Amino acid sequence: MSAFNAIGEQREIDRDEFTPGVEPQPTWCPGCGDFGVLKALKQALPEVGKTPEEVLTVTGIGCSGKLNSYLDTYGFHTIHGRSLPVARAAKLANPELEVIAAGGDGDGYGIGGNHWIHTARENHDMTYIVFNNEIFGLTKGQTSPTSPKGHKSKTQPSGSAKTPLRPLSMSLNAGASYVARTAAVNPNQAKEIIKEAIEHDGFAHIDFLTQCPTWNKDARQYVPYIDVQESDDYDFDVTDRREAAEMMRETEDVLNEGTVLTGRYYVDEDRPSYSQEKKAVGEMPDDPLAERYFDDDAEWERSYDLLERHT
Amino acid sequence: MSDDELIWRIAGGSGDGIDSTSQNFAKALMRSGLNVFTHRHYPSRIRGGHTYVEIRAAEHEVQSRGDGYNFLLALGDSFARNPQEEAYYGNEEIKPLSENLDDLREGGVIVYDEGLLDEEEVAELELEKRAEENGWHVYPVDLRGLAKEHGREVMRNTAGVGITAALLEMDLEHIEDLMEDAMSGDVLEANLEILDEANEMVGEEIEREHDLRIPTGEHETEQALLSGSNAIAYGAIDAGCRFIAGYPMTPWTDVFTILSQNFPDMGGVSEQVEDEIAAAALAVGASHAGVKAMSGSSGGGFALMSEPLGLAEMTETPLVLVESMRAGPSTGMPTKPEQADLEFVLYTSQGDSQRVVFAPGNIEEAYEQTRLAFEIAWDYQIPAIIIYDQKLSGENANVDVEFFDREPTPDLGSTLTEEELREAAHDNSGKFKRFNYEDAEDGVAPRSLPGQKGGRYLATGNEHSPVGHIEEDPDNRTFQMDRRLEKLESIREELDERESTQTYFGDEDAEYGIVTWGSSQGAVEEAVARLNEQGHSVKGLSVSDMLPFPETEVTEFLESVDEAMVVEMNATAQFRGHIQRELGRFGDKLTSLLKYNGNPFEPAEVVEGYEINLADEEREPSAQVRIEPAAGD
Ligand SMILES: Cc1ncc(C[n+]2csc(CCOP(=O)(O)OP(=O)(O)O)c2C)c(N)n1
Ligand code: SF4
Ligand SMILES: [Mg+2]
Repeated sequence: MSAFNAIGEQREIDRDEFTPGVEPQPTWCPGCGDFGVLKALKQALPEVGKTPEEVLTVTGIGCSGKLNSYLDTYGFHTIHGRSLPVARAAKLANPELEVIAAGGDGDGYGIGGNHWIHTARENHDMTYIVFNNEIFGLTKGQTSPTSPKGHKSKTQPSGSAKTPLRPLSMSLNAGASYVARTAAVNPNQAKEIIKEAIEHDGFAHIDFLTQCPTWNKDARQYVPYIDVQESDDYDFDVTDRREAAEMMRETEDVLNEGTVLTGRYYVDEDRPSYSQEKKAVGEMPDDPLAERYFDDDAEWERSYDLLERHT
Repeated sequence: MSDDELIWRIAGGSGDGIDSTSQNFAKALMRSGLNVFTHRHYPSRIRGGHTYVEIRAAEHEVQSRGDGYNFLLALGDSFARNPQEEAYYGNEEIKPLSENLDDLREGGVIVYDEGLLDEEEVAELELEKRAEENGWHVYPVDLRGLAKEHGREVMRNTAGVGITAALLEMDLEHIEDLMEDAMSGDVLEANLEILDEANEMVGEEIEREHDLRIPTGEHETEQALLSGSNAIAYGAIDAGCRFIAGYPMTPWTDVFTILSQNFPDMGGVSEQVEDEIAAAALAVGASHAGVKAMSGSSGGGFALMSEPLGLAEMTETPLVLVESMRAGPSTGMPTKPEQADLEFVLYTSQGDSQRVVFAPGNIEEAYEQTRLAFEIAWDYQIPAIIIYDQKLSGENANVDVEFFDREPTPDLGSTLTEEELREAAHDNSGKFKRFNYEDAEDGVAPRSLPGQKGGRYLATGNEHSPVGHIEEDPDNRTFQMDRRLEKLESIREELDERESTQTYFGDEDAEYGIVTWGSSQGAVEEAVARLNEQGHSVKGLSVSDMLPFPETEVTEFLESVDEAMVVEMNATAQFRGHIQRELGRFGDKLTSLLKYNGNPFEPAEVVEGYEINLADEEREPSAQVRIEPAAGD
């Protein structure tokens, strides 16, 4: 008997179930790319058979962090940059939960960058969506780690002197076992990539291009976009690390020149997830830890039985 | 200063195996029926550097390291010299002998390794002259030679223990038993031979000239030797904690290590993560998903936990953090004790904070208050912090084994089951009113866990509505804030109804009080006992509940005395300030006795502080201790 009966429930799922019935209405600006992520998620979740109460959506702070205000699942809107450590612990505590972490480019690649590297390195089984609008949205348009070189903002009035961070390459090098880029303007591809990411057993990182018409007016709206899998101009093997790395580098380079490349970049289905690794070394129980607290027959170890070493 | 006790100091270099040797010797003393208390002094280095462990053993109760010591085993620092080049620190080999002489009591015993220490350097110490002046008895023994003859040089610790035992006329049985438990084969053989041979040297080559002998005692029940860190870890285990996340930092690492080593056999999970922000955030995440979780650190690492701590407060996620203080500011003195993070722990993180803070005063309290912290945290959905220090973390004392014979309490407190959730209040769209202020009792709104049917809600660090939506409506804000703060009042009420976690000692009718907190408790307790024996009338109070503050108890205590001295290991009288802030009075009654040189209080320093205060003397206290007068002075 499980204490978490929303998990694994088999039933018809309506897309509307993921829309909160009562307030709040999204407060994103008209034309904001964040709507695209919300819509793609609402479509993807029922298609992979997930019900709202078996999903935990953990977000950071930013316009993007509001995602779980408008997506009706269990939600944890954490603090700036810290969605990943909260999310991965929830997954370790109850591995049966479907855990989705999300946040902005500032949140995930800047202030939370260290967590991103280590969560990818450890290959935690979760989906991580970064709303990459190449700007700090919520704090009104400052330069972000992915803002192009030369980008002018109130805090870098003469244009950024910094080369933008390479999200895809970084993720690959850190150890992510699924890396993709999609764009809000490409809802079908976004939905499919989210579905794959959710079903992937390991750390699945989606760099999601979300236009910010309010603060990033001079930036591209990410159209036209090219799907690297569908275009005849690109041919590489997503399971080959070296080819993936090359394709990622090119994708990151050309974005600043106006060419928007999207698609799957790296897929490693063989790498064991972190909990598999941890179980293999004997440092994680087979059954979900969270269940044990509801098991009346569980035998709880006592310190009294450890005292021999001290006598 | 009583003569019916042994305070044995074993000194050497870091890396000389002082820790394990002293641990076994302390255990042997405990098994022989004595009460023991250890004190560890070491530098923040892996190799070399002067380090020592003191073991106090007596038939009577021992609650502190005591005053000075009466038996020195100076091994010499075998790692002190870098043979390749002129070492920056010069030759430290002699330090275990030279640096320890100041605290040696009159009539004390010195054994040093003449096989390692340079004859000329020993001569420079004028040991003979000083020994004569202080009535010391000095025994130079070639411990190294003895060790090499039967085994390897590192076994000179064993030789030293053998000589110690023989000089004190102590039976070898318990020492041998412990060796047999820890070693086997040739190594055991060699060590036993060294022990025997060293033992036999006394009486043959070495003539015993001193009076000090091993005290005798008997325990009525079986005893366990353990540290404050063990006690905190064991309290967590018995409270049902099965998740810990951390990042190494002295002295917190001890608790982290003990739980990491035990959890795999208990179905628990330990995570060493990238930094302390992550560590605290992981504990929040695990707790949110339904596991009893903890994290912790020492000053600098705890600083990184400020924001996740505030998140736990705002989202009402149960959480236990431990803060193991060491001397600050900044990196400070990493291996030295201090009680200077109190204000930091009470007030860190933005907004009106809502946390519980306990400061255990000894090993038993460390165990009990850790359990209490978990219970309160999960009942009231609030972070509870255990604040302790390097001293309590590392010191060992014997505790009745039966003390730990208690039932575990893995209960998740105010967490609902799916069945209970069906009865709970939801909004029109079926969202659970997780932060419902209408039905809250004692300020507590019961929680659900992700994955439960009928429990979905949003947890957010933003101010929020009953279902968790971000909400800045003024009425809602006031209701929610009041409800969260009400929890602290309810906790205080509950704690007042339970057995007090404060410790009282001394003469109940006294008009002079000594107040302390945390690990200074033992030294103060002994000082108060000594003062009363000497005919003074003094009472003592050691406070554990830092937040919510035990207003009634402390007020009663302070009202009952004319004057009180607050004893704490910091330079800015933080606890005295806390009392005055919480109670809004007593500024003219409170004097402070402060020590912040990296060493804990000895009872004699507290006695002296009392004498100076009471006599209103102008003289300065002798040791590195400072008196800060009351505001009215
Ligand atoms: C510790 C901390 N620092 C700064 C902030 C202020 N802040 C809120 S959101 C944000 C940046 C948002 O940018 P991004 O993460 O890219 O999210 P977006 O709004 O673009 O979706 C900042 C700096 C904060 N909330 N916490
Ligand atoms: S500021 Fe930009 S990112 Fe934020 S809601 Fe508006 S358009 Fe979207
Ligand atoms: Mg952004």
